[in-house]
Amino acid sequence: MEGIYAFCVGMLTACGIFLTLRGRTFSVVLGLTMLSYSVNLFLFASGRLSIDSAVILGESEVYADPLPQALVLTAIVIGFAMTAFVVILAMRARADLGNDHVDGKDPNEIAASMALNKKGEMN
Amino acid sequence: MNTLLWLPLLPLFGSLVPLLTARYHRNVCTLFTAMLPFIALLLVAEMTPDVLNGENQYAAAQWIPLLNLNIAFRLDGLSLLFSILILGIGLLVILYARYYLSSQDSIGKFYSFLMLFMFSMLGVVLSDNLLQMWMFWELTSISSFLLISFWGHKSEARKGARMALTITGAGGLSLLAGIIILGNVVDSYSLQVILDSGDFIRAHSAYPVILVLFLLGAFTKSAQFPFHFWLPHAMAAPTPVSAYLHSATMVKAGIFLMARMHPVLADTDLWFLIVSLTGLTTLLLGAYIALFKHDLKGLLAYSTISHLGLITLLLGLDTRLSTVAALFHIINHATFKASLFMAAGIIDHETGSRDMRQLNGLWKYMPHTATLAMVAASSMAGVPLLNGFLSKEMFFTETLHQEALGSLSWMIPVLATVGAVFAVAYSTRFIHDVFFNGEPINLPKTPHEAPRYMRVPVEVLVALCLLVGIFPGFIVGDLLYAASLAAINGPVPEYSLAIWHGFNYPLLMSFVATAGGLVIYYYRQPLFAFQANFSEPDAKQIFDDIVQNIIQRATTLFNFLENGSLQRYNYLLIALAVIMMAAPLMDLSSTLGTRPELPYNLVDITAAFLLVIGALTTVICHRNRMLALISLSIVGFIVSLAFARFSAPDLALTQLSVEVVTIVLLMLSLFFLPQRAQKQSNPRRVIRDLSISAVIGGLIGTICYALLTRPLNSISDFFVVNSKTGGGGTNVVNVILVDFRGFDTLGEITVLGIAALGIYKLIARMRLFMPSGDYKGRPWSNDAHPMMLAVLSQSLLPIALLVSAFIFLRGHNMPGGGFIAGLITSVAIIQQYIAHGVDWMKHRVKIDYQILIGSGIAIAALTGVGSWFFGKPFLTSWFDYFYWPIVGKFELASAMIFDLGVYLTVIGATMLILANLGKLTTSERPIQKEEE
Repeated sequence: MEGIYAFCVGMLTACGIFLTLRGRTFSVVLGLTMLSYSVNLFLFASGRLSIDSAVILGESEVYADPLPQALVLTAIVIGFAMTAFVVILAMRARADLGNDHVDGKDPNEIAASMALNKKGEMN
Repeated sequence: MNTLLWLPLLPLFGSLVPLLTARYHRNVCTLFTAMLPFIALLLVAEMTPDVLNGENQYAAAQWIPLLNLNIAFRLDGLSLLFSILILGIGLLVILYARYYLSSQDSIGKFYSFLMLFMFSMLGVVLSDNLLQMWMFWELTSISSFLLISFWGHKSEARKGARMALTITGAGGLSLLAGIIILGNVVDSYSLQVILDSGDFIRAHSAYPVILVLFLLGAFTKSAQFPFHFWLPHAMAAPTPVSAYLHSATMVKAGIFLMARMHPVLADTDLWFLIVSLTGLTTLLLGAYIALFKHDLKGLLAYSTISHLGLITLLLGLDTRLSTVAALFHIINHATFKASLFMAAGIIDHETGSRDMRQLNGLWKYMPHTATLAMVAASSMAGVPLLNGFLSKEMFFTETLHQEALGSLSWMIPVLATVGAVFAVAYSTRFIHDVFFNGEPINLPKTPHEAPRYMRVPVEVLVALCLLVGIFPGFIVGDLLYAASLAAINGPVPEYSLAIWHGFNYPLLMSFVATAGGLVIYYYRQPLFAFQANFSEPDAKQIFDDIVQNIIQRATTLFNFLENGSLQRYNYLLIALAVIMMAAPLMDLSSTLGTRPELPYNLVDITAAFLLVIGALTTVICHRNRMLALISLSIVGFIVSLAFARFSAPDLALTQLSVEVVTIVLLMLSLFFLPQRAQKQSNPRRVIRDLSISAVIGGLIGTICYALLTRPLNSISDFFVVNSKTGGGGTNVVNVILVDFRGFDTLGEITVLGIAALGIYKLIARMRLFMPSGDYKGRPWSNDAHPMMLAVLSQSLLPIALLVSAFIFLRGHNMPGGGFIAGLITSVAIIQQYIAHGVDWMKHRVKIDYQILIGSGIAIAALTGVGSWFFGKPFLTSWFDYFYWPIVGKFELASAMIFDLGVYLTVIGATMLILANLGKLTTSERPIQKEEE
């Protein structure tokens, strides 16, 4: 089971990183959300996996590690606040700059204006 | 207060005095400025007998003991010698500058800089802690920068000051590196400790590095080859500055450092080779160039370089006696060179020129000054009965006792004599070319004698030259002995300061030097013509080229790293993270640990499969943003199921409700952002990003697997054991949040609140283009909100609120709590917004979400403060059990009030974000409201 879990964490990290490397703000937001899933799962994993052992005293024989759970719980909520902030920032950037590229300059427009002079390899 | 502490403090206060008195007459300002250093000199005089008797004076105060950083001063023989030079010559320079500076110059500013320099220089020589000494060392560089650039309107002054600062500042950094390494080796920065562990340091493997770094600092400061070029350019300073800094004090700081660290760093072949060869090269080069300088100050500058080289050579020769000779020459050079600079300043002041091709026959116009300058110049040349002669004889004697170069050792005395030949030649030129040799040519002013008191400092110094030259043992014998004792840090060998040692080799060398010098001066015209064949290297040009070159390279590197593309920075950061992560993983012998794994089952595998599909779909279809968002929500859903599966019900509940809010938020934003993006990245970039993502995903997966299969050693048992008895709850996760780690949680809800307020401000002034249709141009539907949804959600609201209240109340003992309850409440309210629209909600919900956030944080914080009233630390919790008829036994805990604060903050933050964003989609836009 641990193998599958670790694979999923790695998969989410890879997808998240790839998306954060894109040039458009919305993809970056998606990537950050995905990354926060994987980070939360990873942190949670530091308490190891166990089944039917929720840390409610008196409900089961053995208990899972409560500390990572408590940390991840707040991380989820803060993660939401961060995602929200980035989304609004992206919208604000688009409103103020007129495009949704992370650099604030649309390479397509630049390329179009430069195309007259030379073949632009902007990206 | 210890008397010693006043020594540096007096000039420090003294730097304010001239600024306060500058408005009065010049004489008043000069008098008051001189007062404090004069008192300091008296204090030195008071302490001198003790020091001469071998009782070093100490003063220390603790500053940062953990870093071995103390404010510590010491006065031993070496620092005594330098303190007298600094204060004594400083006082003379103050008097001299009174007459030198013209009425347009701000004398208050000048004196202030001068006193600042005096303060830093005294700090260097008195410090008993190396780090502290370094600080003063850098202060001398800075204050000398201010002094050299005093005539800031002249371009050469600015350039010269900048060059001096660059060179000495760079040397200072290297010195700092050396000091830190040395401090780590000895584990102390205290000078005494370091001086006493010389053998240990010399045997240490870091010794060569320390030595080179220290010498770089010393050589740059003392203008040793190849760093000598800054000194001639620093001659753009007013002459009192040159007389003070560039003869007696600042350039001697490097020499001082070598003498100070002599017991620690010297006595090795490496020291001998570097120091003596550098000194010898500088000695010859300086003496040779000095002869060809037509500028009076230029001649003196190169002569200073040459004499500094001589002292360095003596320190490098490293017989005990050579150190004594070096210290003796420091005194002598300071006296005759300071007086020569002052004389040159007088000549410049009274004739308007420093060019020796114009200055001729001044004897007739200023006989008094001429006599003084001639005596000082003779001392520089090493004429008997003057102090320069004595130390030069000692120097010759020491060069003869050298065997370190093996069969080539004879070269040292020969080259030393060659240097002396040129010294005689340029000294003769200074005398003959300026005061005799015909009539002045085209001078801007008619030369005349300087004011009476301007000559006093020169007279004092020249008198010292004579006195030391005739009664050496009486005048400086004790002082020299004490200084040698400190510099050698051991027994001082026998030496004699007599004028006459009989006919011997040193006397012969002196004779050869004098004769040779006179001959060279006599045949100077052919020599000048010969020298004219070589174009003089322009140090300023070379220096500028090097600086420009460095700037250009830095710019290239900078532009390469920072080309304005955030994508690129992101990539570089991730690449760095990969490298940092991969290296330690190599040391991990096996990924698989010893902890037994859970069995596989089909449901888990299916869920994992869905998660992977969801994640991949998000990536592949990320340009079709709606689809990507839906796939992303699948991932989030599976993640919350995973939490539920692996015994974390609280996490599952939180993740599930956050998921709803996040997706609603992203959908809303998609209304304003383009719903589809064109293809952007070129294939090469896609491949690059895919590979780095795969690598980092693999790394994280490996770490995660290694982590999961290793036995758990956790501190959590404490929480499990104490949760019920100490926190009064059986849901340990919740008890940790609101009780054990309540302070963390308080911080976290504060962050949440701040983020929400930030978002609110970002939204408030947003001017967005309101799309009228989707990416294909189809207009948005104008249908009213569907009735089914409206009715359903309205009837769901009370139930949802009831559920959230239930979740909140049971949170302490069963899965739930403030975070989850807050999110559930938010979802219920958001649903109303979706079902009815902003307009409808506006009239029915009149909650100010900002106040909600504020009161939430306030409640949580006040709960914490409350425990103070019971004499307990912040956030101590309280709980007890009560009995109420019908309801039964129940628990009340202060943690519940804290949780209420969390609950309110979460609702406030979530709703502030979503409701305000939602308002943007309607005509009720906040920007219009603000503009009313």
